Amino acid sequence: MHPAPSVILFTTLSGLGFGLLFWLGLGMPGPTGVVAFVFFAIAYLLAVGGLLASTFHLGHPERALKAFSQWQTSWLSREAWASVAALVVMAVYGAGLVFLGTKWTALGLIGAVLSIGTVFTTSMIYAQLRTVPRWHHWTTPAVFLCLSLGGGALLAGQIRFALPLLALAGVAQAYTWITGDARLRSSGTTLASATGLQGGSIRAFEPPHTGTNYLLREFVYVVGRKHSRNLRVISLTLGFILPIVLLLLPFNHILAGVAVVSHLAGVLVARWLFFAEAEHVVGLYYGKRTT
Amino acid sequence: MTQLPPLSAVKLGLVIDLDTCVGCHACVVSCKGWNTENYGAPLSDQDAYGANPSGTFLNRVHSYEVQPAEGHAQLVHFPKSCLHCEDAPCVTVCPTGASYKRVEDGIVLVNESDCIGCGLCAWACPYGAREMDVAEKVMKKCTLCVDRIYNDNLPEEDRVPACVRTCPAGARHFGDLGDPESDVSQLVAERGGFDLMPEQGTKPVNKYLPPRPRDRSEDVDILAPYLAPVTDQPKGFVGWLDKALSALPGGK
Amino acid sequence: MTYSQPQIDLSPAVSDEVRQTTCYMCACRCGINVHLKDGPDGKKRVAYIEGNRDHPVNKGVLCAKGSAGIMQINAPSRLKAPLKRTGPRGSGQFEEISWDEALELATNWLKPLRETAPEKLAFFTGRDQSQSFTSLWAQAYGTPNYAAHGGFCSVNMAAAGIYTMGGAFWEFGQPDWDHTKMFVLFGVAEDHDSNPIKMGIGKIKARGAKVVGINPIRTGYNAVADDWYGITPGTDGLLILSLIHLLFKAGKLDLTYLARFTNAACLVNEDPKSPQHGLLLRDEDGKPLVIDRNTGKPAPWDAQGIEPDLATTWRHKGVTHRPVLHLMADRYLSEDYAPEKVATRTGIPAARIRQLASEIARTAFDEVITLDRPWTDFRGHRHETMTGRPVSFHAMRGISAHSNGFQTARALHTLQIILGAVETPGGMRFKPPYPKPATAHPKPHCKVTPGQPLNGPHLGYPQGPEDLCLTEDGKPARIDKAFSWENPLSAHGMMHMVISNAHAGDPYKIDTLFLYMANMSWNSSMNTEGTMKMLTDMDDNGDYVIPRIIYSDAYSSEMVAYADLILPDTTYLERHDCISLLDRPICEADAVADAIRWPVIEPDRDVRGFQSVLCDLGHRLGLPGFVGDDSGAKYKDYADYITNHIRRPGIGPLAGWRMGETGLQDGRGSANEGQLDSYIANGGFWMSHVPDEAAYYKPFNSAYQDWAVKMGFYDSPQPYVFQLYAEPLRRFQLAAEGEGSHQPPDYLRPRIMALMDPLPIWYAPMIDGEKDPAEYPIHALTQRPMAMYHSWGSQNAWLRQLHGHNPLYVPTKIWEENRFKEGDWARVTSPHGSITVPVAHMAALNENTVWTWNAIGKRKGAWALDDKAPEATKGFLLNHLIHELMPPREDGMRWSNSDPITGQAAWFDLRVKIERSAAPTESQPAFPPIKAPVAKGPSTLAWKVGK
Ligand SMILES: Nc1nc2c(c(=O)[nH]1)N[C@H]1C(S)=C(S)[C@@H](COP(=O)(O)OP(=O)(O)OC[C@H]3O[C@@H](n4cnc5c(=O)[nH]c(N)nc54)[C@H](O)[C@@H]3O)O[C@H]1N2
Ligand SMILES: Nc1nc2c(c(=O)[nH]1)N[C@H]1C(S)=C(S)[C@@H](COP(=O)(O)OP(=O)(O)OC[C@H]3O[C@@H](n4cnc5c(=O)[nH]c(N)nc54)[C@H](O)[C@@H]3O)O[C@H]1N2
Ligand code: SF4
Ligand code: SF4
Ligand code: SF4
Ligand code: SF4
Ligand code: SF4
Ligand SMILES: [Mo]
Repeated sequence: MHPAPSVILFTTLSGLGFGLLFWLGLGMPGPTGVVAFVFFAIAYLLAVGGLLASTFHLGHPERALKAFSQWQTSWLSREAWASVAALVVMAVYGAGLVFLGTKWTALGLIGAVLSIGTVFTTSMIYAQLRTVPRWHHWTTPAVFLCLSLGGGALLAGQIRFALPLLALAGVAQAYTWITGDARLRSSGTTLASATGLQGGSIRAFEPPHTGTNYLLREFVYVVGRKHSRNLRVISLTLGFILPIVLLLLPFNHILAGVAVVSHLAGVLVARWLFFAEAEHVVGLYYGKRTT
Repeated sequence: MTQLPPLSAVKLGLVIDLDTCVGCHACVVSCKGWNTENYGAPLSDQDAYGANPSGTFLNRVHSYEVQPAEGHAQLVHFPKSCLHCEDAPCVTVCPTGASYKRVEDGIVLVNESDCIGCGLCAWACPYGAREMDVAEKVMKKCTLCVDRIYNDNLPEEDRVPACVRTCPAGARHFGDLGDPESDVSQLVAERGGFDLMPEQGTKPVNKYLPPRPRDRSEDVDILAPYLAPVTDQPKGFVGWLDKALSALPGGK
Repeated sequence: MTYSQPQIDLSPAVSDEVRQTTCYMCACRCGINVHLKDGPDGKKRVAYIEGNRDHPVNKGVLCAKGSAGIMQINAPSRLKAPLKRTGPRGSGQFEEISWDEALELATNWLKPLRETAPEKLAFFTGRDQSQSFTSLWAQAYGTPNYAAHGGFCSVNMAAAGIYTMGGAFWEFGQPDWDHTKMFVLFGVAEDHDSNPIKMGIGKIKARGAKVVGINPIRTGYNAVADDWYGITPGTDGLLILSLIHLLFKAGKLDLTYLARFTNAACLVNEDPKSPQHGLLLRDEDGKPLVIDRNTGKPAPWDAQGIEPDLATTWRHKGVTHRPVLHLMADRYLSEDYAPEKVATRTGIPAARIRQLASEIARTAFDEVITLDRPWTDFRGHRHETMTGRPVSFHAMRGISAHSNGFQTARALHTLQIILGAVETPGGMRFKPPYPKPATAHPKPHCKVTPGQPLNGPHLGYPQGPEDLCLTEDGKPARIDKAFSWENPLSAHGMMHMVISNAHAGDPYKIDTLFLYMANMSWNSSMNTEGTMKMLTDMDDNGDYVIPRIIYSDAYSSEMVAYADLILPDTTYLERHDCISLLDRPICEADAVADAIRWPVIEPDRDVRGFQSVLCDLGHRLGLPGFVGDDSGAKYKDYADYITNHIRRPGIGPLAGWRMGETGLQDGRGSANEGQLDSYIANGGFWMSHVPDEAAYYKPFNSAYQDWAVKMGFYDSPQPYVFQLYAEPLRRFQLAAEGEGSHQPPDYLRPRIMALMDPLPIWYAPMIDGEKDPAEYPIHALTQRPMAMYHSWGSQNAWLRQLHGHNPLYVPTKIWEENRFKEGDWARVTSPHGSITVPVAHMAALNENTVWTWNAIGKRKGAWALDDKAPEATKGFLLNHLIHELMPPREDGMRWSNSDPITGQAAWFDLRVKIERSAAPTESQPAFPPIKAPVAKGPSTLAWKVGK
């Protein structure tokens, strides 16, 4: 799939932001006043910034409200509802903390559930797609959730939780990569099933047009194997190993800051790979995928 | 509505004959012409006269080579447009309801004024049947020429999709695949019509007819008697001629 | 919840008006419905183009090009006004001038020439459809140097057909699509009959009947063929003669048909010492004789009631005469044509040749078709039924564009004829006004008289050496050397030799080269780079070797830069045209038909239809036939000519709605002022059906002959029989043997004797010489892409997306030998030059053949495309590898790269070698951009005429 910067930014930042909101909703940490304001500001910048970034890839952002209508079937619509609900609930909850110094625990819990629920709906937008076998798997929500929770914990300064969650996220991510490589092949969709042609080995001869088109731009991104291996190592190192090592060192705000930046960079790389490596079955028609 | 409607009895669609399609692209361009001028936004082209031209098309013709274990490789031309799936994933993923499947005939359409151009429906389609128009930024797809097939301004015989009307080889057929008695259903039954990517669970309405077996005359030498020599003698031909002619009108 | 869905308009208005005319995105000439809507300025705009269901050619369907017409008529490459060259030739620097200035200039150049040496004007036209008009103009001017592009296109096919049976394929004939049970296609990728062939194949397939493809490449029609024979290029003749061998051996011949309807029973002089040796025995009236089986006596071939005998020989004045069929048996029963003998060369295993032959035999003789339609032949025999052998064939440039193509095409026609599968149900059928034997066509004319018209039509069908176009001293009279001893039967001229000969001053120098609709500095020339040099070459005085070049094009093609004066044409929807029975008609086997184009939209530029310009120029030059009684212009414009020109009494350019004594009538009649209106009202064409009893056996069928006379094809019935034995060829052989007063130069004698055989033979393509050239082992071909027309397609925003560049397709064996990978480039070298181009792998291909799509490669700067357009950077032409002359022979002489009989350009004889190459930045050779007289096109198109 085409690794569109807007979508990579959106999923990465909003995942982190909603992760942070999740921990804030649980009251971990449970600051009030200015400190709470700073925490909430960061969370909203990330979550809303991410959502805004996602509208950049819409052809008609001015019609975005229409996207709320199909919650019954569409994960994207559900995501819209979930994110707005989470943001509204957490805003009320946050306002209590910042301005009133009051903690409405139940509201916070609801907000936490909505926040992590938003991340789940985001992940399901991808996981539901049978057309992208690499995504069409429980590992997709698992990785999204671990990352969001781990990253959120990191930002929330919940080292206790951040350490195991980041480790888990790293393992989940690595597992996804390794198993994901075989998923197109095991999906059962091949050039033979795509064309129904029988009687021998099938090869794409001429594409429909000599030039490019929307489908090729959007779905037939191909990453070199070596390139991908290196990026995976970089992502694991920056996203998980380095932050964990830094967190294990005696606490220090600068190191924590580095850990956050490193994690963010690692997740961005992972997210780039998430898209760039995803093989849409339509690539079979163009002979760009071998199964 | 993004929800799929209750299954309609009428399932309009295309049957494409891979045995006959010569890969001429006539259907591709007539589709482009009709749908540029009609339903919704025009199908635009970018860098039209430049280094990297690229435009929106609702129907494209691929070609594939099939190499059997023994014998000559074969070439198959393969037109592909929206298959108007019964379980259309492109419809259910759409957040706005712009994508919908018509109750009356199962045609899958995009209501362009509702489309936010998120592209998700194209992601959900396994066949590459949807293309985002770069100029208009809305999703475009085959409409099964819904503005032709019921159009009172067209003579009855022209109420078929543009691609079907134009196909010089007669490789494209249009009709109701929900009616087992229809011509298209009969054709599918007779010729073993099949679905593309059945494992994707989309239940396409459009069907493809397989190429007939090729290069069969190689198989056996059943026809040899037709070449039995009339004579063994080197000069015997004229003798044979004489004999053969006497059986004919004016013969002795 | 109930399901709700948007309301949509299911019956939108399709257009404001439909105008019906004839497509010209290619030469197939389909009928189109042009839907018009009012544009924002209130002017009518083309909104949609679809096929005309009533039209005889396409019956409603339309190809990709036809549907893309909107992008053609709005292309940014359209020329805008007459142009006069200001920079050096080839630079593309022009100034726009007025039409008056342009026509004055042309008149000033051409008028003095006509008074002194009209042959110094060479007027050659491309694939236009007004040859009966342009040739009339050239004849009136008085130059012998006129032809259309047929010589480099497919004259082999046309001439072999005319000499053998009075017509070939495409405009001459077609398979009986409704009845045939086995269709065998030789070497066709697309052909002119684009839509009809596809419709025909569709019909055959729908019936479950069989399609066989014989072609080195398995795309398109060959991809849908049930059986494919991946033949080695240039060897079809051998394959066909092997099939004929097997059929003769098995006696699978339609003897009745051969006896009655061919010259198989005609008697050939067998005495090597006789001056008549090899000629047919004739009576005092010059009629060939046969032996009548009823009487055992000789009789003229067409005598009433006779039954020609195939078996008997005849001694006359001490000379034995044998029926043609005996000569054929002698030749084709020879084991030289046994499948085992030809298998290696043709690349088809012997067993498969036998299978093909037996399948043909089975279908022809076991699946006979009988129609209950009585008919009477020209000898007065009444036949109760029409009986056919449902095997049909079609062929085009795959066999035509080789230097052995004439004889190969003759072989193919011979195969059809011995099966009895021509003009019989299920076989091949002629389209009126064909069939028409060679003898019913004019002979070539070349007599020049300064200030006077030529002594007759330029082109025709020589019957013997005395009909050649030679000067008193025996040298070629024409600039292209057509109808000379080098290429005696060059019935369509030899356009591919014009520039090269004019540049060399051989046989003489010319002054003005006048070209119309031919991209001669690019895809339609061999040796493209050399041609560009010849067009710009100067002599010692600094004058151009070809002093003046006038060119008419509608678009900013590569050729425009090489002209001194450009006469910009309209697009096909903006002018009148006439697709005439005098020319290349659009008839079907069951109907005679002709058609027009008319301005369904008005040009928005200062351009004029070229034929109208010729009417004007003809008047300015004072050409007879172009000046009216009052010394004004005889024809105001082409529409006026179409309506009012009279070719022979009662015969004009269009056959429909002519004025008879009692009212409008078909075929013959005087001019009718309302004729074009009638055509327009009828969808742009006229059609009249062949009567049922005249539908088959046309050359032999009295009912057809009578109908043809009524329609005006000829003035009296002209039945004839098929010429299996082509006597005109034998006359040339006799001359080469020393007989007669017209004698060829000595160096050509052996070749004429060997190759101008009156019975079809096969010889290796000339360039191969005696054996396969080991240094260049690979055959290199081009094919027409169905969605592009030569160079025109690339200016079309929709079509160029389909074919924006063209890889060289390489078969598996060569691919693996060279370790090619996807994205690789290769250097391809012929004896003449080399190119470096992208390669791609193809398995369904003859293992010694590479190929590419024709004419996709473009010169930078042309066609209003960006200099970085893929057509120019990755696209390429094979033409750089093909020379118009063959490599020098031992005596240093260079023969033209053509069929030695007809002069057909041998495009497909090309041999190359191939090696992997580092990827260059762009295809090689690359040329600097030419300056264009038009602006570049817009970036985004979102075309919608209605709101
Ligand atoms: N390698 C290779 N070369 C080949 C062939 C091949 O098979 N292989 N085939 C050969 C054959 S058979 C042919 S016929 C030639 C064809 O070659 P050309 O006859 O050169 O054909 P086109 O490229 O169509 O170019 C004709 C010119 O006509 C112009 N034109 C188009 N429409 C109009 C119009 O309405 N009015 C006027 N005045 N001009 C117009 C176009 O702009 C173009 O410049 O190519 C030959 N060249
Ligand atoms: N779409 C489209 N239609 C066209 C044209 C166009 O440019 N585009 N051009 C028009 C013109 S000018 C012409 S002349 C006609 C030509 O129409 P075609 O005769 O179809 O010409 P080509 O496309 O050159 O195809 C030649 C075919 O012959 C095969 N071939 C080559 N050598 C041999 C051989 O030795 N034996 C056999 N059996 N096959 C061989 C090639 O593989 C190829 O398939 O098409 C006309 N129609
Ligand atoms: S083919 Fe694709 S776009 Fe069409 S209905 Fe099926 S899933 Fe949707
Ligand atoms: S692109 Fe338009 S039609 Fe497709 S899912 Fe998004 S809103 Fe729906
Ligand atoms: S049915 Fe209409 S919209 Fe669909 S591919 Fe055919 S022409 Fe295009
Ligand atoms: S128009 Fe018909 S023959 Fe041509 S590509 Fe389309 S389906 Fe195939
Ligand atoms: S074959 Fe195509 S381009 Fe040629 S005349 Fe017919 S519709 Fe036009
Ligand atoms: Mo041609």
